[in-house]
Amino acid sequence: MEIKLVKDILAANEAIAAHNRELFTEKGVYVVNLMGSPGAGKTTLLERTIEGLKDKRRMAVIEGDIATSRDAERIAAHAIPAIQINTGGECHLDGNMVREGLEQLDFDGIELLVVENVGNLVCPAEFNIGEDAKVMICSVTEGDDKPLKYPLMFQVSSVLLLNKTDLLPHVDFELERFRADALKVNPRLEIMPLSCKTGEGLDTWLRWLEGHAAGMGA
Amino acid sequence: MHELGVAQSLLEIIEQEARPYPGARVTRVQLRIGKLSAVVPDALRFAFEAVTLGGIAEGASLEIEEVPLRIRCHLCAEEFTVEDPFMVCPRCEGVDVEMIAGRELEIRSMEIENGDKTG
Repeated sequence: MEIKLVKDILAANEAIAAHNRELFTEKGVYVVNLMGSPGAGKTTLLERTIEGLKDKRRMAVIEGDIATSRDAERIAAHAIPAIQINTGGECHLDGNMVREGLEQLDFDGIELLVVENVGNLVCPAEFNIGEDAKVMICSVTEGDDKPLKYPLMFQVSSVLLLNKTDLLPHVDFELERFRADALKVNPRLEIMPLSCKTGEGLDTWLRWLEGHAAGMGA
Repeated sequence: MHELGVAQSLLEIIEQEARPYPGARVTRVQLRIGKLSAVVPDALRFAFEAVTLGGIAEGASLEIEEVPLRIRCHLCAEEFTVEDPFMVCPRCEGVDVEMIAGRELEIRSMEIENGDKTG
């Protein structure tokens, strides 16, 4: 006997993400899902972001990693609430892991929550966690072919941060080609080249984030 | 890489759907997977074999239909099947397009045997 279904396999995750979304709305917190390859500079970007915004927006961070709490320790050193989720082998955060993380996080009064996903350009793109925006970070040392190789992540993101621009003179990375390919994959993508090392371009990102985090809870 | 998690979710759906048919075995499962989804069919087959061992869907064949990427251009009011993952109209080169297929991760149907429907 055949049973007809037509069901989204990830429907269970979508339901949990929607539940997280409701909670975020109720608390008036703007949530960013930060994704990128290992070594792209996710945690360093977070540190720069905290330095730039912590006097303007009350922030908290959820760190996702396969193992270790090194990143959460780096963030906690900046005196903002940070918790670590260890996925125990999973290559991405899903709605349920974030929900469990939220139970440990006191986010009353928090205006901006950044969730740093597991370093990976593939899997996190498929799993919503209830975020307001997906932001991806790439670095020039990874090469300029990433938009065509990992289109889904570029497609689901609202903002693309291109990090380590201070290294551009030393690597074969064609910025214009990268930009053109990324925009073909997602014409609405906001692309922001920056260097967490020198601080160049960071202000554009901080303005974007401050502006978006302000729209909530008012 | 996350095919194991997808296979697990798939198995949960299968077990839930088979619950009204005690004693049934699942022999065939049909999926539709979009070209742009981040799932590799072979990896999913492998993961599905692993998670179904010892359960009602052990040995079930997994039929995967890959869904091509299709976009609709609002300006041209036309739909196109495209090879590259570009949100650009192949005719007018405009970007006022939307994706209408290619991200599916769906179970379409399953075949069960020897089940007595209850309730």
